[in-house]
Amino acid sequence: MRLAEHKYRTTSRIAGQLLHVENVHAARIGEVVRVVGPDNIELEGEILEVAKGNVLIQLFGETRGFNLENAEIIFTDTIRQVPLGKDILGRRFNGSFQPIDGLPMFLASEWRPARGYPINPVCRLRPEEFIETGISAIDGLNTLVKGQKLPIFSCAGLPAKELVAQILQNAKLRESSKSFAVIFVALGLTFHEYSFYLEALQDIESEFVAIINMADDPVMERLMAPRFALTVAEYLAFDQDMDILVLVTDMTNYCDALREISNARKELPGRRGYPGYMYSDLASLYERAGRIKGSKGSITMIPVITMPEDDITHPIPDLTGYITEGQIVLSRELHQQGVFPPIDVLPSLSRLMQKGIGAQRTREDHRDLANQLYKHYAKGRELKKLEAIVGRDGMAEPDQLLLDFAAIFENQFIHQGTDARTIYKTLDKGLEILKAFNLVSDNFIEIQSEE
Amino acid sequence: MKTVTTGKIISISGATVRTDLTGLTLFERVSVGEQNLTGEVVRLEKDSTVLQIYEDPSGLGLDEPVKVLGVSLETTLGPGLLSVMFDGLQRNLDVLADKTGSFIHPIHLSSSLDLKKEWSFTPLVKNGDTASSGDKIGYIDEGPFQHPIIVPPGKSGRVENILQGSITLEEPLCLLDNGYKIFGYHSWPMRIPRPYKKKISPQEPVITGQRIIDFLFPLARGGTSIIPGGFGTGKTILEQTIAKHADVDIVIYAGCGERGNEMSELIEEFLELEDPRNNCPLMERTVLVVNTSNMPVAAREASIYTAVTLGEYYRDLGFHVLLLADSISRWAEALREISSSLEEMPGEEGYPTYLASRLSSFVERAGIVETMSGDIGSLSMILSVSPPGGDFTEPVTQSLLRTAGAFLMLDTTLANSRHFPAISWVQSYSLYQNILEDYFREKFSEDWQNLRNRCREIMHKEESLKEIMEIVGIEGLQEQDRLVMTVAEEIRNSFLAQNAYTDDAFCDPGKTLDIIRSITELYLKEQNKKREKQT
Repeated sequence: MRLAEHKYRTTSRIAGQLLHVENVHAARIGEVVRVVGPDNIELEGEILEVAKGNVLIQLFGETRGFNLENAEIIFTDTIRQVPLGKDILGRRFNGSFQPIDGLPMFLASEWRPARGYPINPVCRLRPEEFIETGISAIDGLNTLVKGQKLPIFSCAGLPAKELVAQILQNAKLRESSKSFAVIFVALGLTFHEYSFYLEALQDIESEFVAIINMADDPVMERLMAPRFALTVAEYLAFDQDMDILVLVTDMTNYCDALREISNARKELPGRRGYPGYMYSDLASLYERAGRIKGSKGSITMIPVITMPEDDITHPIPDLTGYITEGQIVLSRELHQQGVFPPIDVLPSLSRLMQKGIGAQRTREDHRDLANQLYKHYAKGRELKKLEAIVGRDGMAEPDQLLLDFAAIFENQFIHQGTDARTIYKTLDKGLEILKAFNLVSDNFIEIQSEE
Repeated sequence: MKTVTTGKIISISGATVRTDLTGLTLFERVSVGEQNLTGEVVRLEKDSTVLQIYEDPSGLGLDEPVKVLGVSLETTLGPGLLSVMFDGLQRNLDVLADKTGSFIHPIHLSSSLDLKKEWSFTPLVKNGDTASSGDKIGYIDEGPFQHPIIVPPGKSGRVENILQGSITLEEPLCLLDNGYKIFGYHSWPMRIPRPYKKKISPQEPVITGQRIIDFLFPLARGGTSIIPGGFGTGKTILEQTIAKHADVDIVIYAGCGERGNEMSELIEEFLELEDPRNNCPLMERTVLVVNTSNMPVAAREASIYTAVTLGEYYRDLGFHVLLLADSISRWAEALREISSSLEEMPGEEGYPTYLASRLSSFVERAGIVETMSGDIGSLSMILSVSPPGGDFTEPVTQSLLRTAGAFLMLDTTLANSRHFPAISWVQSYSLYQNILEDYFREKFSEDWQNLRNRCREIMHKEESLKEIMEIVGIEGLQEQDRLVMTVAEEIRNSFLAQNAYTDDAFCDPGKTLDIIRSITELYLKEQNKKREKQT
């Protein structure tokens, strides 16, 4: 520990948001520095590299107006920490974790490093409790469970935010827990999107914390905001036993920020210019979701990703898909057909679904029903391609039937407009469609709804 | 052993640290900073040394101490490894949880094994006997196993003061006349292959219980299979299913840079499930090496070496071992991150140019061998690969293709139609097929090969007919061809597909043969009927 703050005016180089300082006496990796520039503008920064007396600093904010003489750098000898306390609920912050709702900073009962520590795999608890989103394509076929990370893969122009708003308004745990809260992280959001989300957040019953980085806010904050949010989430979930839903939109902006910063640091670019460590970096965020033994709380995460060029093999959705436990994929085709939410269930997947459904969790026939719906719809979609070549008349009668099934499935099961459906309604609807086409398999045991 | 020397940190960049210490050797282990982070020497220079840190370096400062430990990164080998979960540096995760709680903080653990635990030791040699490298001096009862205690590689001498009965790992079990103390455990540098007398060419298969693997693309004992597949193609489920059912003595499972929730699921299942051969929990024949994607990258790079050294150790004790690594791509990415932080010149897609040689020397550590004590032991590997964007032309898949004996390609289209395991029967291959031919013929059936050829023929025909069918529709096909399509569908649905969540998860080769025989016989019958009708 150093006894006093160190001040330096020995800047040797400024490049974008990177600052080199010479002749530094003592510094540590990750240490927070404050930089006072012209007109007493104060920026925060973090130490990236130390070599003898030379220190490389990453600044959070614009360096316009700075020159080698006017920057005063103060070394604080602390690692970046997040203030935590129960009073955080209901507050709004910017990407540097300063309140932006006009109220003063809350009183922190504790501080923790934003970077967090990895959960010990043996302390994890298997996610298995069903979360009802009110959306048939998710609840029925790609069930979300507590502690899961399930991203939404969207394309530019598709109603991802409407879907997210709907999930926010309806998300329920099976045993309704009183201590449920949403943490909303906006990364590089336009004002239009921001006001939409804020309105949606005001409408929900649960409490929320919002961390907002707008499109014109500093890029570096985009890398910090999700880390602040997850540190808050860990505190609320594992210390306060709350069930936390973390919603991050849009991770594409996060990854672009990562690329920008990496490039400024002159790091070697990987695929499409994204840094080679992007997988590990994304994992350090996504893997903070989960449940741990000895705590009643949980962190469930729904990141939204806009796939550049609608390409699911683009590094951002690709690396995300390798880390998350499944994905919900939106389809332009369904959107054009007027289906809402336009979820394409074929490439969508929830890896933790098997554990979250069935008797006592949803309903005993859930798995069978989901498998049959999926199977016939997949077949129907395949036949659709054939139809484009040979025409409907050239197809055998059972095939024509499956074509109709696929159409009805899209228009009645997946399409539900803005109404929320309970899980029972979802399952009943699925059964009804299967029955109408005589597609219920022989060994299927029908269950009466409890409602 | 060297005396501990101490130096200072002179520069830090991410997890790469430079110290003013000199006179170190490559890959020597160091303890860095006030938090005692584990590190390794990666580069030597005239007046400084470059270190790689295996833990999160934040908070590390200039002038903090660097201590030399005088040993290289080692794996500790002995009784008490089974059913334990280690991280990439072989730290016991349960012990870590006791020390630092649910979240892992940097901490130094003294030993990977519980040295205080009492075991029962039965000697196999007497005082005065000569014991040399790899010889068994006795055994310790460990769960369902007799765990042989061997003379560590490179040591030999006349046995003195041998103990018997209740012992702990803290005391030497015997002395050699040259003063060397043999304990119940020993350490081995993880990056160096353990010695053996000679390698033998593989002749037996590892029965995985997966029909498509055992029947079409078998894995030999001592061989290596790779499973590349994009996300959602079921790599992890397949690896885990094989880990549960494979016909081997010991399973080493390396979760390298993958999901934490999946690992907790695996752990729970392994504790619940029983090994059908001895009714003990599966966990008792398993060692898990877990370095999830959010744990330090350098430890992820080390994790597969920890795993393979554990595997070789059990091989040297005369066991048949299966190493499953999920996934090698994450290891390669860790290698890339480390290489780029060392400012090395990148090769293809940013991977260091030594990627291929590191991979091939890793894969070469598999094999069936005559051990130093004359037993037969084997280490087989099944490695999953996660090619970015599902593109198999990337360097990791390509390098592995040159060294692995079997290639089980996972197909996204199959996975999307929920056909699991989504192994493509068109593109996969196994070089062990011919070697294992005799074994299958003698052990199971004379017509194993015939049946397989017929099955392949049908699937092959289906593939070419599919294209025609897409244009003319099934109605436009000839009757014979329509029959092929029906039979192929049957083979796909009730033979090649296998549900990992039901009793069907394991299928023994006899049953495999019965299923395929009944389908192909039906096909031949129908085919003949149709022919008769035509004539």
